[in-house]
Amino acid sequence: MYWGSVSEFLAMGGYGLYVWTSFIITALGITWEVLALWRRRAAALADSHGILRSTE
Amino acid sequence: MNWSKYSAPLAFYPLAGKMIPWFSVVAALAIAVGLYIGLLVAPTDATQHDSYRIIFVHVPAAWMSMFLYVVMAIWAGIGMGLNARLSFMMAQAIAPTGAMFTFIALVTGCMWGKPTWGTYWVWDARLTSELILLFQYAGVMLLRTSIDDLRRADRASGVLALVGVVNIPIIYFSVQWWNTLHQGASVSMTAAPKMAAIMLTAMLLMTFGFWMYSIAVILARVRCVILERESQPAWSNPSAAPEVAEAR
Amino acid sequence: MNRPSLWEALRGVVRRDLLLAMRRRSDVAMSVFFLVIVASLFPLGVGPEPAVLRTIGAGVLWVAALLACLLSLGRVFTADYLDGVLEQMVLIAQPLPVLVVGKVFAHWIVSGLPVVLLSPLLGLQFGLDGEALGVLVLSLLLGTPTLSMIGAIGAALVLGVRGSGLLVALLVLPLYVPVLIFGAGAVTSSMAGMGGEANLSLLGACLVLSLFFSPWATAAALRIALE
Repeated sequence: MYWGSVSEFLAMGGYGLYVWTSFIITALGITWEVLALWRRRAAALADSHGILRSTE
Repeated sequence: MNWSKYSAPLAFYPLAGKMIPWFSVVAALAIAVGLYIGLLVAPTDATQHDSYRIIFVHVPAAWMSMFLYVVMAIWAGIGMGLNARLSFMMAQAIAPTGAMFTFIALVTGCMWGKPTWGTYWVWDARLTSELILLFQYAGVMLLRTSIDDLRRADRASGVLALVGVVNIPIIYFSVQWWNTLHQGASVSMTAAPKMAAIMLTAMLLMTFGFWMYSIAVILARVRCVILERESQPAWSNPSAAPEVAEAR
Repeated sequence: MNRPSLWEALRGVVRRDLLLAMRRRSDVAMSVFFLVIVASLFPLGVGPEPAVLRTIGAGVLWVAALLACLLSLGRVFTADYLDGVLEQMVLIAQPLPVLVVGKVFAHWIVSGLPVVLLSPLLGLQFGLDGEALGVLVLSLLLGTPTLSMIGAIGAALVLGVRGSGLLVALLVLPLYVPVLIFGAGAVTSSMAGMGGEANLSLLGACLVLSLFFSPWATAAALRIALE
C-alpha cells in the first residue's frame, strides 16, 4: 500500500480535484450507459410482441 | 458446431445473452484489480506526481475509442460485402459505446492537461484527432437516425464509417505536422517518461477491463437492436413476419 | 448503336452540368457572394489591426472557402435525384465513378474556381502580399477540388434525407480538417519565410488520394440512396 492515510489518498498529492473528477466522470459515463441500456431493453421487450417465445 | 447459423439475428440473440455475464464478470474483476493497483499500490510519478494516475482511465478510454471505431467500420464493411444484417446491427451497437469512450478520453485528457500543461486544452495531434473522432461518431449515429429506411441507414452509415477510418490517421499526422510548424507551443507533448512496470500493469489491466466491458455492453445493445428490428410490423420488415417467427 | 467512350461520357456529363448551371446563374453568384461577405465580416469582428488581420487572413479565407463549398454541395446531385436522371446514370453502361468525377468537376468549375479566382482580391483585404497571395491561390487551386470530391460523398449519402443541408455539414466538416490544415498552413508558413512547398505537396497528395477514393465511395453512396 502506497498511501499513509485516507486523507492523503483523497488529496492525491494536491491533484485530487483533477484525478477524482476524471475517475468520477468515467464512472458516471459507464453507469449512464448501463442504465440507458437497461431501459432500452425493457422498452424493446415490451414492444416485442413475444417474438422471443420461440427462441428462448 | 455450425457457427454460420448464428449469423441470423434471432439465433444470435440467446448466444449473446449467454456471453454477457461472463464478459461482465471478467470486466468487473479486471477493472477492480486495475483500480486497486493504480490508485492504491502504484507509487507516485517523479515528474507528474499523482496527477499521472488519470492515465489509468484516460489511456484505456482513448485506446478503446479508436479501436471501437475501427471495429465498427469492419463490421459495416463485412455487412456490405456479405449482405449480412447482423453485421450492421453490430456496427450500430458499437457506435454509442465508442462515442462514450471518446468523450471520456477527451474530458480526462483535459483533466490531465490542466496540471501537466497548465491549460485544459492544447491543439496537439492526439487531442485534436480525438475531438474529430467524436464528431465522426456523432456523424455516423446522426446519419443512421436521419434515414428511415433501415437497409439504407445501415449502408449509408457504413460508408461514412469506412471513409472516417481513412480520415483519422491523416488528421493525426496533419496536426502533428502543423504543430511542428508552430514552434511556439511551450509544452513538450512528446515527453513520455518510461513507465514503471507496476504502472504499466495497472494500465493494461484497466484497458483489458474496458475492452471486456465494451464487449458486454455491445452484446447487450445488439440484443436490444435485434429485438427492436425483428419486432417491427411485417410490412416494414419482411424477415420478421409473424408466421416466420412462429414457424421456428 | 455505338457506345460513347469513357472520355465522351465524362465530357458529356461536365457539359450538361455546366449548361444547367449557366441557366441558373444566381446560384453560382450566391456562393461567391457568400464568400465575400464572410471574409468581410471577420475584419469587422476582429478589428482593423493590420498585423492581426495578416495572421488570421489565410485561416479565415480558407474557412470561408470551405463553407462556400459546403453550401453548394446540395446542388451536386439533388436536382438529378428529384427528376430521375440520377437513376438513369446508375443504370447506363458507363461506370458510375466516371460520371461522378464529371459531376464533381462541373461542381468545382461552378463553385470552386470562382473562389480561387476571387481569393487574391480577398487576400488583399487581409493585407497578404506578393508571395503569400500566390501561395494562397495555389493552395486553393489544389484544395478546393479536394473539398468538392470529399463533399460529393456526403452529398450522395444524404440524398433525399430530411434536414439534409445541416446533416451534410456535420458529416463532411470533420473530413475537411486535413485540407484546411494544409491549405491555411501553406500560406502561414510561406509568410513565416519557410516556404509553402511542403504543405502544398501534402495538399496535392490529399487531392490525389481523394481523386482515387472519393468517386468509388460516392458511387457506392449513390447506389445506396437509389436502391
